[in-house]
Amino acid sequence: MAVPLLSIRNLTVQFRVDTGWVTAIDDVSLDVGTGDCVGVVGESGSGKSVTALSVLQLHDRVTTRMPSGSILYQGDDLLRAKGSTMRRIRGSEIAMIFQDPMSSLNPVLTVADQISETLRQHQGLTGAAARKRVIELLGLVRIPDAARRADDYPHRLSGGMRQRVMIAMAIACKPRLLIADEPTTALDVTIQAQILELLRDLRRELSMSVMLISHDLGVIAEFAQRVVVMYAGRVVEDAPVTQLFRRPVHPYTMGLIAAVPALDSDAPRLTTIAGRIPGPQEIIPGCRFSPRCALVLQGCREEPPSMQMVSDGQSARCPPRIQVLDVRHV
Amino acid sequence: MSDQPIVEVRDLRKTFSVKHAGGVSTLHALSGVNFEIMRGETLGLVGESGSGKTTAGRILVGLVPAGSGSVRLFGHDITGADGKVQLAKVRTRLQFVFQDPYASLNPRMRIGSAIAEPLDIAGGLSRKDRNDRVAELLDLVGLPKTSIDRYPHEFSGGQRQRIVIARALALNPEFVVCDEPVSALDVSMQAQIVNLLLDLQDRLGLSYLFIAHDLAVVRAVSTRVAVMYAGSIVETAPKSQIYSDPQHPYSRALLDAVPRADPDYVRHPVVSGEVPSLLDPPPGCSFHPRCPFAFERCRVEVPILKESGPDRRVACHLFA
Repeated sequence: MAVPLLSIRNLTVQFRVDTGWVTAIDDVSLDVGTGDCVGVVGESGSGKSVTALSVLQLHDRVTTRMPSGSILYQGDDLLRAKGSTMRRIRGSEIAMIFQDPMSSLNPVLTVADQISETLRQHQGLTGAAARKRVIELLGLVRIPDAARRADDYPHRLSGGMRQRVMIAMAIACKPRLLIADEPTTALDVTIQAQILELLRDLRRELSMSVMLISHDLGVIAEFAQRVVVMYAGRVVEDAPVTQLFRRPVHPYTMGLIAAVPALDSDAPRLTTIAGRIPGPQEIIPGCRFSPRCALVLQGCREEPPSMQMVSDGQSARCPPRIQVLDVRHV
Repeated sequence: MSDQPIVEVRDLRKTFSVKHAGGVSTLHALSGVNFEIMRGETLGLVGESGSGKTTAGRILVGLVPAGSGSVRLFGHDITGADGKVQLAKVRTRLQFVFQDPYASLNPRMRIGSAIAEPLDIAGGLSRKDRNDRVAELLDLVGLPKTSIDRYPHEFSGGQRQRIVIARALALNPEFVVCDEPVSALDVSMQAQIVNLLLDLQDRLGLSYLFIAHDLAVVRAVSTRVAVMYAGSIVETAPKSQIYSDPQHPYSRALLDAVPRADPDYVRHPVVSGEVPSLLDPPPGCSFHPRCPFAFERCRVEVPILKESGPDRRVACHLFA
């Protein structure tokens, strides 16, 4: 089997707080193959953004530690890479876009200035050559009247246009992997649809792999080919998108899909998951979902479950459910 | 259900002055909004940023003065010359729940005091009755009685929204404006709060104006739905019809744009363009620059919200 473009292996990330270290993500493994689009879905505190930030090592070094795991990019461990290597990889090999384009853009620089900075750093482009490329990039992200827009400051642009500028900046050096952390969450639904369409087109045009982080199962279903479901710092299920929605295995995945209100049908009440999401400092023995799980067994509260293969390409962190499914299949 | 609407909004308009380097401009937040809410029903007010849905909700509870037009609450006109007097008469019968439960609670006030605050302001209750009422309210929203002595930071987002709802219900309101009450919550928490609002409506006979951008959440709670775009209502209809048979091209575009949690769903073509500037709205129908069906009349004449079927109204020249 070919080496995946990005392979996160058993990664644990801890943050320092007043009382010691808390584990934000625990034993997280996921792969993004060349040309793949992997969706990472989860609620607040699931660790999906922490996972994404770890890839580019954007965490504060003083308050973060990674006691175990590795992040292999084309086979090389980024956690052991030199600073200069990481600087080269950030932006030119792996690029990232965030939820809020306004706070990611410098308010006192024009659009052209900000995009040129990336071009200068990574490709040595300056002057007229850089400007030509900026206008080309703005056209690529479908900004109308690109030559004029290039001289605008971010506050002159709508939220959707700002996110297009962020995407232009991210794809400036033709990265092989784009990490998009809730790229459409701050946008209105019609603009969200436009941005998702743009990302899908660019992925094809630039043959780029994408890791899309979202809390929105609709966005994930529409965009991703594979889905990684996270809960309370752990991966609980990993499956091709159709299998995940048609035959979810982990009770949390089942609950999450059921809790999404339907747009095309009526129900007297929404389906809920009882209880609440645990905080990172709460110690829950065994499976972290067990206090909320409708199918909980005694053993779930004692032994932390491991990821197990369900079928080809689908795995889940719930041995009792997998056992039940196996019995039914025989 | 009585035939008199408890809320009647007629030709409501509101402008704001916006100062900038070049001088002062007029922002047209609401340009002639009409709707009514009957007792026991929920009107879902749905739209994107800048559609005017929040401004409409704020005018309804007296947080923002109306520009022109009228708002009648329980038959009292709160927009006339003696609007303040009229609003004072109905004040205790309406309440407001905001999006952000973090910002709605004083971090230094214990939950018991926060919930009792409306009771203390209204006065007239003995110490014991007051405390009994707080306990009753906590029970109503599904929080343990031990919450009384705790502070907001000890609760999750969903629990805080329960606290805010308990406080809103303290004086037995009949009508509650909910402005994006579940938008800040995770999916699993959102479903719990939506169900709580529905249960409370059944038990207490509440009427809601439910303002939200999420069409699926609006479907789950509403009796009727009004779709807003750039300061106007473009369509109102009973819930089942607006989702199965939207008439206004914007309602259709909005529904088509929602990503479905179904990997086999094939989306319709995405509507192009962006919401127009409210500082300089386009002439005619405000949706015409984005509308695939726009014709000459749409560019010059503002469409009026007109009857288009039983209990349905649409503001579109295609239906004239």
